Amino acid sequence: MSRPAHRRPEYHKINKDLFVLTYGALVAQLCKDYEKDEDVNKYLDKMGYGIGTRLVEDFLARSCVRRCHSYSEITDVIAQVAFKMYLGITPSVTCNNSSRTEFSLILDKNPLVEFVEELPAGRSSLCYCNLLCGIIRGALEMIHLAADVTFLQDRLKGDRVTEIGITFLRKLDEKKYRRKK
Amino acid sequence: MADEALFLLLHNEMVSGVYKSAEQGEVENGRCITKLENMGFRVGQGLIERFTKDTARFKDELDIMKFICKDFWTTVFKKQIDNLRTNHQGIYVLQDNKFRLLTQMSTGKQYLEHASKYLAFTCGLIRGGLSNLGIKSIVTAEVSSMPACKFQVMIQKL
Repeated sequence: MSRPAHRRPEYHKINKDLFVLTYGALVAQLCKDYEKDEDVNKYLDKMGYGIGTRLVEDFLARSCVRRCHSYSEITDVIAQVAFKMYLGITPSVTCNNSSRTEFSLILDKNPLVEFVEELPAGRSSLCYCNLLCGIIRGALEMIHLAADVTFLQDRLKGDRVTEIGITFLRKLDEKKYRRKK
Repeated sequence: MADEALFLLLHNEMVSGVYKSAEQGEVENGRCITKLENMGFRVGQGLIERFTKDTARFKDELDIMKFICKDFWTTVFKKQIDNLRTNHQGIYVLQDNKFRLLTQMSTGKQYLEHASKYLAFTCGLIRGGLSNLGIKSIVTAEVSSMPACKFQVMIQKL
């Protein structure tokens, strides 16, 4: 009997699994090392920050996004281009305040938690995907934008959706980036 | 695929994170390497399950090692192992001349002393994969000139 042919699409999915599984092993190890949830969350955020500062270069090299002129454009780029490129999902964007400096990314599908059934016992305030917050924060800082990024809602904690809140802290000064003629 | 960049960066952060938060003495007695290797072990176990869900049964040990060198390595590192050697008595040496996790670091002898940190995870990956295929092993790695490296697999007969 001949071996059944390998299906190509499976391999691509497995490659994605590598990242998801590695992340899971990392969180498990951190839960062993640190007793308090806040410590694990802080560590994940710090790690994500380090990744984000480097990932933004990779992102800008791969995509051909135009210069953005507003915070909402930037958030759209993060949701529609960056998330799609690295995680294969497109969160939806909502604006939370009238001065257009606070936004939310709503993820209805989160590949990072694909193999997570529920948070471990005694870890109810663990932000499992806190790495993502750090990545966004680090990436934005490399393009000279300070922002606060946190999880507003988390499906793993029982909320309906997973929501990441981005609050831009300083006003984007367009004049600063205009080249002097 | 852009996923690669994410995994590479995560791996590098993990290595630097483990070493930064290491207590005194942990670096010397190899606890950091063990931590990384154990993480790789868990991931390897999970990956090989997803992978071999639909493949046919393996004929023997050599068949399994060839699978690791060809399909497994191609999926994880986008290339095959360049050279597989064995003494047919349970020792296998897998040689990768351009190991993906080292290519960005250096070519030649620079940073050679740090290379082992970046190989620990992959050693665990191989050990975990073999473990879920029913093979108990010890996996070590050595680098003489980046980015080429050799993984030595010693099968433990129960």
